Amino acid sequence: MKLLEGKTALITGANRGIGKSIAIRFAEHGANIAFSDIQYNDDSKQLELELGALGIKAKGYASDASSFTDSEQLISRIMEDFTTLDVLVNNAGITRDNLLLRMTEQDWDRVINVNLKSVFNLTKAIQKVMIKQRFGSIINMSSVVGVEGNSGQSNYAASKAGIIGFTKSIAQELGSRNIRCNAIAPGYIETEMTAKLPQEFRDKWIQDIPMKRAGTPDDVANLALFLASDLSNYITGQAIPVCGGLHT
Amino acid sequence: MKIALVTGGSRGIGRAISVRLAEMGFFVLINYHTNHQEASVTLQQVREKGGDGELIQFDVTSQDEIEKALGKWLAAHEGAYIQVLVNNAGIRKDALVMWMKNDEWHDVLNTNLHSFLYVTRFLLKDMIINKMGRIINVVSLSGLKGLPGQANYSAAKAGVIGATKALAQEIAKKKVTVNAVAPGFIQTDMTKDLDEAQLKTMIPMGRFGSPEEVAAVVGFLASDEASYITGAVINVNGGLYT
Repeated sequence: MKLLEGKTALITGANRGIGKSIAIRFAEHGANIAFSDIQYNDDSKQLELELGALGIKAKGYASDASSFTDSEQLISRIMEDFTTLDVLVNNAGITRDNLLLRMTEQDWDRVINVNLKSVFNLTKAIQKVMIKQRFGSIINMSSVVGVEGNSGQSNYAASKAGIIGFTKSIAQELGSRNIRCNAIAPGYIETEMTAKLPQEFRDKWIQDIPMKRAGTPDDVANLALFLASDLSNYITGQAIPVCGGLHT
Repeated sequence: MKIALVTGGSRGIGRAISVRLAEMGFFVLINYHTNHQEASVTLQQVREKGGDGELIQFDVTSQDEIEKALGKWLAAHEGAYIQVLVNNAGIRKDALVMWMKNDEWHDVLNTNLHSFLYVTRFLLKDMIINKMGRIINVVSLSGLKGLPGQANYSAAKAGVIGATKALAQEIAKKKVTVNAVAPGFIQTDMTKDLDEAQLKTMIPMGRFGSPEEVAAVVGFLASDEASYITGAVINVNGGLYT
C-alpha cells in the first residue's frame, strides 16, 4: 500500500545522505518529489532519473536554504511546476565541528544559518500554501546531539536544539489548520557527514549505542515516511529519536 | 506465521491495535480479563479485515494465570513464538491524593505496572532466541506530565516508561526493540465521562484522537521499518504536550 499516493513533497539537502534516502523512500510510496541542494549537479541529475524511474514526477532545484529570498523563490517555482505541496522535509544541514576555544564566528554563523535559519525560511515560505490547502506535514531534521549536546559540536547542537523549539511552536500555531510539524532526532547514521570523523571517534560512538551498530539513512527515511503519512495524523509537536537506543 | 499478543484487547485502544496488527498480517492473540463479549467483537473485526486471531483469557495482575494461559497456548502451537507484545491492559481509579484509598493505589499499580514484568519476562526469551521482537507499552500523557487526580495512574505509567528505557538498553543487541506510546485524550470508554468540549480547546489540533490513530503508531513500531527505534516514548496527543 502506497502511503503518499497523490502527494507532493519537498526535501532540502537531498543530493546525498539522509535527504536522498528520504526522497527515494517517498517516491517509492507514490509521492511526487521536488528536492533542493546548494548545487544542481551530477548527483542531482542522477537522483532525478532514479526517482523518475519509480513512476512519479521529480525535479531538482539549486537553492540556498540559508537564504530567505532563495527559499521564497524556491517555493514559488515548485508551486508553478507541481501546483501543490503537501510535505516539507527540512533536512539541509552541515557541520563545522570544533571546541569552542577554536570555533570561529564564521563556524558558528554558517551552521546556525544553514541548519536552523533554513527551517524558518522554508516553513515561512510554505506556510501560506499549506494553510490554503488545509493540509500539511512538516518534518524537521534535528539530532540526538540537539537533545544531549556533544563536545566539539556546540554550534551543531545549538542549531539542532533550536529546531526542536521551533517545531513545537509551529505545531501549536498551525495545529488548528491541520498542519502537523514534527522533528526527527537521528543518532549516529552512516553517511558522508559521519564518514569524515576519525576512526577512533566512530568506534567510540558505536560502543555507546545499545544496538552496537550505526543507523542507516533508510532507518531515518522510514520514520520520515511515517511522519509524512496519514498514519501519524494525531502526532504533532514531537521530536522522535531514531538512534538504536543511544538517547533514552 | 507472525504472532502478536495484545493485552486488554477487548475494547478501545486495545481493540484498534488488534485490528491494525491483523491488517499488517499478524495472527493476533487478543487478551481479555472478564469482557468475553467485547473481546469477541474485536476478534470479529480482526477477521473482517481478512486477518485471524484467537481470544486468550488471563488477568494481567496474576503471574500464575499469565504463565498458565500463555504456556498452554505456546505448547499447543509447537515452533510458534510471540514476536510482538503490546502491553496495553490498563485501568484507572482517579482520586485526589488526600482522599486516595490504598486499594485505589495498589489496583492501578498492579494492572498497569506490575503486569509489565509478568507478561514481558515470560515472552522475552523466545524473542531473543528468534532474534526478532517488538515490545510496545501503551503508557499515557499522564505518565509524562502527571495529571491531577491521577497520582496512581501517573506513577504507574511513568514507571512503565522507566522500565521501557531500561529494558530497551538491556536487549538492544538482541534485535528486540522496546518502546512506549503515550496517547493524550483519545475517544474511548476511559474518557467518555470527560468534558470533551472544554478539553479540546487545550489541544492544538482541536480534537480528541481516535483509537485508530494510536493503533497506527503501534503498528509502525511493530514493523521492520522501525528496527532502529528503541527506548523511545512517542506522544500521540494532537500537540497537547510537547
